[in-house]
Amino acid sequence: MITLNVNGKAVEVDAAADTPLLWVLRDTLGLQGTKFGCGVGLCGACTVHLAGSPVRSCQTPVGVVGDNAITTVEGLSTDSSHPVQRAWLEIDVPQCGYCQSGQIMSAAALIANNKAPTNEDIDDAMKGNICRCGTYDRIRTAIKRAADLAGGAK
Amino acid sequence: MNTRRDFLKSSAVAGGGLLIAIQLPGCAPGPAPAAKAAALGNPTAPVQAGAWLRIGTDGGITFLVDKSEMGQGVYTSLTTLVAEELDVPAESIHFEAAPPGDVYVNGLLGGQITGGSTSVREGWDKIRKTGAEVRARLVQAAADHWKVDAATLRTENAAVLNSDGTRLTYGQLATAAAALPAPATVTPKAASAFTQVGKPMKRLDTPLKVNGTASYGIDQRFPNMLFGALAQSPVLGGNVKSFDDSSAKGMPGVQKILQTSTGVVVLADSWWQARKARDALDIQWDAGPNAQMSNASISAGLADALAKRSKDAKVARNEGDADAVLAKKKIEAVYEQPLLAHATLEPQNCTAVPDGDSMHIYAPTQVQQAAQGAVAKAAGIPLEKAFVHTTYLGGGFGRRLEVDFIPAAVEAAKAVNRPVKMLWTREDDTTHDYYRPPYRHRCSAALTSDGKLAAWKFEICGPSITSRWAPAAVEKQIDPFVLEAAENYPYDAENVHVSFLQHEIGINVGYMRSVSHATNCFAAECFMDELAYAAGKDPYEFRHAMLEKQTEPRWRQVLERAAARAGWGKAPAGRFQGIALMEGYDTYLSLVAEISLENGKVRVHKISGAVDLGQMVNPSIVDAQIRGGILFGLSTALWGDITIDKGVVQQKTFDTYRLVRMNEAPEVDVEIIASTAKPGGIGEPSVALVAPAICNAIYAATKRRVRSLPIAKHGFA
Repeated sequence: MITLNVNGKAVEVDAAADTPLLWVLRDTLGLQGTKFGCGVGLCGACTVHLAGSPVRSCQTPVGVVGDNAITTVEGLSTDSSHPVQRAWLEIDVPQCGYCQSGQIMSAAALIANNKAPTNEDIDDAMKGNICRCGTYDRIRTAIKRAADLAGGAK
Repeated sequence: MNTRRDFLKSSAVAGGGLLIAIQLPGCAPGPAPAAKAAALGNPTAPVQAGAWLRIGTDGGITFLVDKSEMGQGVYTSLTTLVAEELDVPAESIHFEAAPPGDVYVNGLLGGQITGGSTSVREGWDKIRKTGAEVRARLVQAAADHWKVDAATLRTENAAVLNSDGTRLTYGQLATAAAALPAPATVTPKAASAFTQVGKPMKRLDTPLKVNGTASYGIDQRFPNMLFGALAQSPVLGGNVKSFDDSSAKGMPGVQKILQTSTGVVVLADSWWQARKARDALDIQWDAGPNAQMSNASISAGLADALAKRSKDAKVARNEGDADAVLAKKKIEAVYEQPLLAHATLEPQNCTAVPDGDSMHIYAPTQVQQAAQGAVAKAAGIPLEKAFVHTTYLGGGFGRRLEVDFIPAAVEAAKAVNRPVKMLWTREDDTTHDYYRPPYRHRCSAALTSDGKLAAWKFEICGPSITSRWAPAAVEKQIDPFVLEAAENYPYDAENVHVSFLQHEIGINVGYMRSVSHATNCFAAECFMDELAYAAGKDPYEFRHAMLEKQTEPRWRQVLERAAARAGWGKAPAGRFQGIALMEGYDTYLSLVAEISLENGKVRVHKISGAVDLGQMVNPSIVDAQIRGGILFGLSTALWGDITIDKGVVQQKTFDTYRLVRMNEAPEVDVEIIASTAKPGGIGEPSVALVAPAICNAIYAATKRRVRSLPIAKHGFA
């Protein structure tokens, strides 16, 4: 048994230590907002926060997580009130939506550390997240809006 | 008393698909995830084939959307159409995916199909009429109740209002309305009365897509479910000869290993376990007929066909005598395009749930009826025992018009009599697609002495996807899905010849976003550019001059507006422009690419243009589709290339099958021209103009003509 700290709760999971965190989250814990896109860290659909930093959960063996806090899209807020989610709603970002949990988690990590991201900051933080539908323009707009909302909320 | 069944029957006869089914209060409609298991025990209860709308006596309105939501916004746009007619806010309507049913057949495509940018074009009349008919019945029910003339009543916010101010809600009227016959005629609202249609309203599915709760195929879960991984022949078209599972079967979590019609399946307690065990299988494959296939052999086959069999080509358009003119003097160029993968971000998957002698699947599909057929065949059951539940699609782009990801799930679920979720890896997905077919175009033209077009000959050579889908349909006529953006050649030339030479390549090919618009527009609009230079004219001016006799003014309008929007001819120093023009899906558009070359590599700074798609349902979704299509076209233009060596696809994942990322996305600045013309499609057309616009800009910059894709092959990307 491995004990994980997921979305603020301690949970026990029965999984081999080399199992990617992605599959523990999705199949063992039923947290299916985090998506599988490539399994090799190239698309970003599986992005979650580990101790506050964005990581590709498909490349994170569950055995190395330890007691570091894991946050998934389900843990970002209970009511879509996180500034990034509010901005995503306002700008109406998603198309098919499949990549959006990963996009949102990357964006949330960005604005947590950067109150006024530039276009270059956004490119750097987001280039690991593929959106096949091509919502990048709206993602960029929404990140700037989210940064404003986060600033205003303080 | 009218039973629901009687009602369905009479309505189907009278209205061709107008239905109100009565639901008792508290009887939640539809297969919400939690209700699925219950639904399985009583599969006819929640959804009746043939229904479009249910209005409960509690006032709840449910709309069954006949098209799949794959990002293009149909759940929102079609719900908005029905909401507009019912005079209720779109966001108050509960929408769900319609089951398979003849009533949902797409009138533009002849099957229950989400594709061809048809959803709004086909739904515009049908869905509005459905809403208007239901509204008319509700109004009549109120008129009967109040004993007044229905013409004196109006509707507002899910209620019928009497002139004296009294009101009856739709819920109160539902039972009486359901008993009324369909009105003889109804007229949907005039555009001037629209309060929702044409407004940039928020998508109805966004809330589910920002909190992780939108349920895709990959997210289906059932009690006692096993997870499946499938090993398919590495050589396209190969089959299992034998397999040794001695290493795999003892691995953790493995429950069952079996051969299915499409490969060897490992079922395990988690997908990761299934996948690891699958990779431990030792399978002997019969490589089949494609063992020596390569992209070079495919390309040579196309060249050979065009060289030796052009007399077999079917002529789509023939005006004047192009050959006679071209015999004297001609400009000729050959254009080539590669195989492409769809690369939906959600890999192919299917969840199959056996229930007695029935089989249910929960899957991201663009073809509910074909999926139902695949389930029935794989399970060996009659159609009426096969149930298809459409999930959200993590991208479609035509990939999910195919049903190849269904049989293994169904066969495995049947074998173990347990729910099975079969999920492909990214590598499975990239290497087992129904690829966009390669085409070879031979383009010939002659100019008059004053630089006008004398003749245009456009020979298309490649596979016909439709000949697999609907062989009978293409026996008598040329496959319409190879002639897009070719048959409708808009420019002034007295001698025009457009033909298609079918040449199959021996592997599965399928429709991909923009289909032959993309392939034909690339060849035609690049070759038009060549002719402009040959005539000594500016590429924009040349096109414009060649549209003088064109009777449809929208061609000229989008060309002019795109040039104006882009600042044609006024690019900053070091930047170069290329232009392309097209009509597709009843939408007219022109795009201009602005590029520079940095160390010999293309950098696309900006795509500008103008689009006239007629009446819009939701301008915000339209804008998103145009932008998304442009980026889809950009990925394929720059890098898209599926190559084959000894029958094996060489690209596995996103390192070698590159997709545009945020830092690579250019600025997009497209004018959407306001129009009340009949709606055109918008999910696909913008894809097609990106490659020709960029390649034309590359010529402007370098005087090197890119006649084959992707651009990377020429060293520019």
